[in-house]
Amino acid sequence: MTQLDPRVAMHLSDAAVSVELETPDMTLNIGPQHPSTHGVLRLVARVDGERVEAVEPVIGYMHRGYEKLAEVRTYAQTIALVNRIDWVSGFANEIPFVIAVEKLMDVEAPERAQYIRMILTEMARISSHLIFMSSYPLELGAATPLMHAFRERERILELIEGVTGGRFHPNFNRVGGVKPAAGGGSATKKLIQDLPAGFLQQARDAMDKVLTVCDDLDDLVTGNEVFQARTIGVGVVPRDKALEYGLSGPNLRASGVGFDLRKAEHILPYDGIDFEIPTGENGDCFDRYIVRLAEIRQAARIIQQAVDRIPSGPLQAKVPRVLKVPPGQAYVRAENPKGEMGYYIVSEGGRVPYRVKIRSASFSNLSILPWILENQLIPDLVAIMGSLDFVLGDVDR
Amino acid sequence: MNFWLLLVIKVVVILGVVLPAALVVIYIELKVPARMQSRIGPYFAGGKYGWAQPLADGLKFLQKEDLVPDAADSSVYKLAPYVVLMGTVGTFVIIPFGPDLVARDLDLGIFYLLAISSLSTLGVLMAGWSSGNKYSLIGGLRAAAQLIAYELPLVLAVVGVAIQAQTLSLNGIVDAQASWEWFGSSPEWLNIVPPYLILQIVGFVIFATASLAELSRIPFDMPIAESELTMGYLTEYSGLRFTMFFLGEYAGMVSLAAVASTLFLGGYWLPWVGDDVLNVLGPGVLLTKVLLLSFIFIWLRWTFPRLREDQLQTMAWKWLIPASLANILATGLLKVVF
Amino acid sequence: MANARPNTFPFRGLAKGLKVTLKTLFKRPVTVHYPLEKEVPVPRARGVIALDTEACTVCMLCARECPDWCIYIEGHKEMMPPAKEGGRARARATLDRFDIDYALCMYCGICVEVCPFDALFWSPDHEYSEYGIDGMLHDMDRLTDWLATVPEPPPLEA
Repeated sequence: MTQLDPRVAMHLSDAAVSVELETPDMTLNIGPQHPSTHGVLRLVARVDGERVEAVEPVIGYMHRGYEKLAEVRTYAQTIALVNRIDWVSGFANEIPFVIAVEKLMDVEAPERAQYIRMILTEMARISSHLIFMSSYPLELGAATPLMHAFRERERILELIEGVTGGRFHPNFNRVGGVKPAAGGGSATKKLIQDLPAGFLQQARDAMDKVLTVCDDLDDLVTGNEVFQARTIGVGVVPRDKALEYGLSGPNLRASGVGFDLRKAEHILPYDGIDFEIPTGENGDCFDRYIVRLAEIRQAARIIQQAVDRIPSGPLQAKVPRVLKVPPGQAYVRAENPKGEMGYYIVSEGGRVPYRVKIRSASFSNLSILPWILENQLIPDLVAIMGSLDFVLGDVDR
Repeated sequence: MNFWLLLVIKVVVILGVVLPAALVVIYIELKVPARMQSRIGPYFAGGKYGWAQPLADGLKFLQKEDLVPDAADSSVYKLAPYVVLMGTVGTFVIIPFGPDLVARDLDLGIFYLLAISSLSTLGVLMAGWSSGNKYSLIGGLRAAAQLIAYELPLVLAVVGVAIQAQTLSLNGIVDAQASWEWFGSSPEWLNIVPPYLILQIVGFVIFATASLAELSRIPFDMPIAESELTMGYLTEYSGLRFTMFFLGEYAGMVSLAAVASTLFLGGYWLPWVGDDVLNVLGPGVLLTKVLLLSFIFIWLRWTFPRLREDQLQTMAWKWLIPASLANILATGLLKVVF
Repeated sequence: MANARPNTFPFRGLAKGLKVTLKTLFKRPVTVHYPLEKEVPVPRARGVIALDTEACTVCMLCARECPDWCIYIEGHKEMMPPAKEGGRARARATLDRFDIDYALCMYCGICVEVCPFDALFWSPDHEYSEYGIDGMLHDMDRLTDWLATVPEPPPLEA
C-alpha cells in the first residue's frame, strides 16, 4: 500500500480495514524493584499483551562478593559471613562450610553438637519453608497465609535465638562443634553455650504448633480452588528438564526425583531418624508448593525425634585456639532448604582460605527461568517465579 | 423549596453519608483483616482502637507531593481520579435511604445506576493510559477487559429483580419486597427475611461476584495486582489523587453494597413501623446491611488468592452470563405462570 | 503425599479458607502494642555490646578479629603506684578510646568470644536507633552504660 496522507486515509475507512494491525512487542522490565522478584532480580521480558515471549534474567544487583571476602577473612570470620548468603535459613548455610573445614582439619564434632546442628538446621528449614508458605500465596494475591505462617515462624526464630543469640544470623557453628563459650575470660570460660533450659520441651511444643499451622495452611491455601486453578498444570518442569538444568532441593523433588542429600550423604546424624522424602509427580507449581508443605511436616518429625534422643556430652572437639587449616581442598554439600548448597574450600595452610567457591541452590534453580517462562502469561510468570523459591542473596552471593 | 437550595442540600447530605461510610469501611478493612491475621491493626491514631486511622491516612496523603510523570498525558492523568470518584458517588443519587430519603427517585433508576457506575471504568482506563507506565497500561487494559466482561452479568442479574418487581425504580423495588406475599396470604413481617434473597439467590450471587470484579477486589483484582503489576493503573499516582482513587474504591464498595442491599436485601425497609419512622430508621437499616456486605467483601478479599486474567474471562463468559440468562428465563417463566 | 489434591465438591476449599480466617478473627492477636508493651528478648540475644573498662587491657584482640573492623581502640600505658611498699611500679594499660560503630557491626559476636579478660558482654537491649548514621558510633561511656542491661546467663538444659 502506498503512503497516504493521514488526512486522506481517515476518510478511506474501507481501505483502512484491509491494513493489517501491527502489534509490536513491548519490552517490560520486571524488577530490579518489583514486589515479586524476591529482592533485586531483574527480568527483561518481551511481552505481547499478557503473553511473555522471552525472558532474560539479569542478576548481580546484590553481588556482595562473599567468595572474595572469604579469601581475606579467617575461617571463624567467614562463618559469620556465610549465614548471610541465604538469609532466610542462616543456620543451614553454616553447616556445609564448617563441615568442609572440619574435613580439612580432620576433626569431627561430638555427637551432641551434631544433634544440635541437626535440630537447628531443620528449624531453619521450617522457617525458610514457612516464608515460602507466606510469600507464595501473597504473590498469588492471598495476604492472610503470610501472617499465619509468620506467627509460627516467629516461635521457631525465637527458639533459634534462644540458643544462638541471633534470629537470622546464628553464627553458632564453630570448627569442631558448636559455639563453646560466651566469652574467653576466666569468669565466663566455663559458661558453655549449651542449650538453654527448657529448650527441648519448647521445641516439642513449637513443632505441635507448626503441624497445626500446616493444617491451617491446607485449609487456607492447598484446598482453595482459586489457588489450585492458578498452580495446577502451571510451570511444569518435567523430570528430565529438572535434571538437565541442575535443579535441586524441593524443586527437583517436585519433578519426581527423590534425591535428598540428607539421606544421600551423611554429614549430620540423619540415619538414625525416621523421615520421608516427599516427592511430586507433575513438577508443576502446585507440586512444588505441596512438596515444601510436606517437608515442613517431615522436618517437624525429625525435630521431634531428635529432641528425644539428643545425647549429652561435650559440644566441642579439641581444636587449637588459633585455627590453622592444613593445605588441601574439600567440597562438602548439604541439603539447604532451597536445595543443594556446597562449599569448595582450597587451603594453602594458614588462617585464611586460599579460595572458597560457593555452590548455592538458588543460583542453579534460577537457571531454568528463561526456559520455563517462555510463552507464559504475566500472572503465570509470577506464579512460576514464586514457586521456584529463590532468595536473591543466595543467587548473587 | 427552591430547586437549587434543595440540590445543594442533597449533594451535601449524600457526600455526608458516602464519605463517612467509606471511612468506616476503610477502618473495617484495616482492623478486621488484622484480626484475621492475628494482628492488632492500627491502635494509635485517635487514642483508642486507632479509630482515626483512615483520617490520619488521608491527612498523610494530603501532605504528599502530587507527582505527574514526565511521560504522562498530564490533563487526562489529572482528571482520571475524579472521573472514578464521580461514577461511584453518582450512584447514590438514586439509592433510597428511606421512603422519602432519596435524592431523586428515577423511574429508570436501575438503568441510570448501571450507566453511571460504568463511568468509573472510563476513569480507570484514563488512568492506565495516561500514566505513561507500562504496568499502568497493562493494568488499565485489564481493567477495561474485566469491566466489560462483568458489566454484563451485573446487568443481567439485576434484570431478574426488575422482572420480579415489575419496576425499574429502586423505591419501587423496595416496596415490592416489603409487600411480597408468600403463597397469597402471609404476615408482612415475614419479609424481614428478604424475599428476593431467596427468590433471586442466583441473581444475588452473580451480582455479588460481578460487584467484586467491578470493584477490582481479590479474587478479581488483576487490574491492580500488586505482585504482578505493582499496583496497575495506580502505580504512578500519589498524594491527593491517590486518595481520590482510594476513596473511590471504598465509596464504590459502599455504593455497590448499597445497591445490592436495596435490590436483594430489602433496602431500608423494616416491618411494623410506618413510613415516618422508616424515614428516620431507614438509613441505619441500610447502612447496617451495607456494612454487613462490605464485611463479606473484605472477608473474601483477605482469604482468597487472585484468579488469572483468562480464568476471569472464562468465568464471566462461560458461567456467570449463561447462569444469569437462565435466571432471567426462569424468573420470567415463573412470573408468567404464577 | 504430593498427589493429595483435595478435589471434593465445588467451593469446599473456599469455604474452608473462610472458616480459618473467621476463626482467627475471634482469637486473641499474637502481636503486642509495641512501644506500650514490649516482648522480653531472650538473654542470649545479641542486641548491643557492653564494655567493662576495668577489665579491658587494651590488648586489641577484639579489634583485630572483628570481620568488618568496626571497633576503634586507643590506649596508653600508665604507671601505677606499687601494690606493696617498696615494690616496683606497675604499668597498666588504660583505654583512651573504645568505640564500636554499630552502623558497621554485623553482630557476629566474635569480639565477645575472643576477649580473654571478660571485658565485653552481649546485652539483649536493642532500642538504640538513631536519626543519623553518626549516632550509631557508641563511645566508651555509652558502651559502659550498657553494662547495666546485661542479664544473667540462662540456666542450661541438663
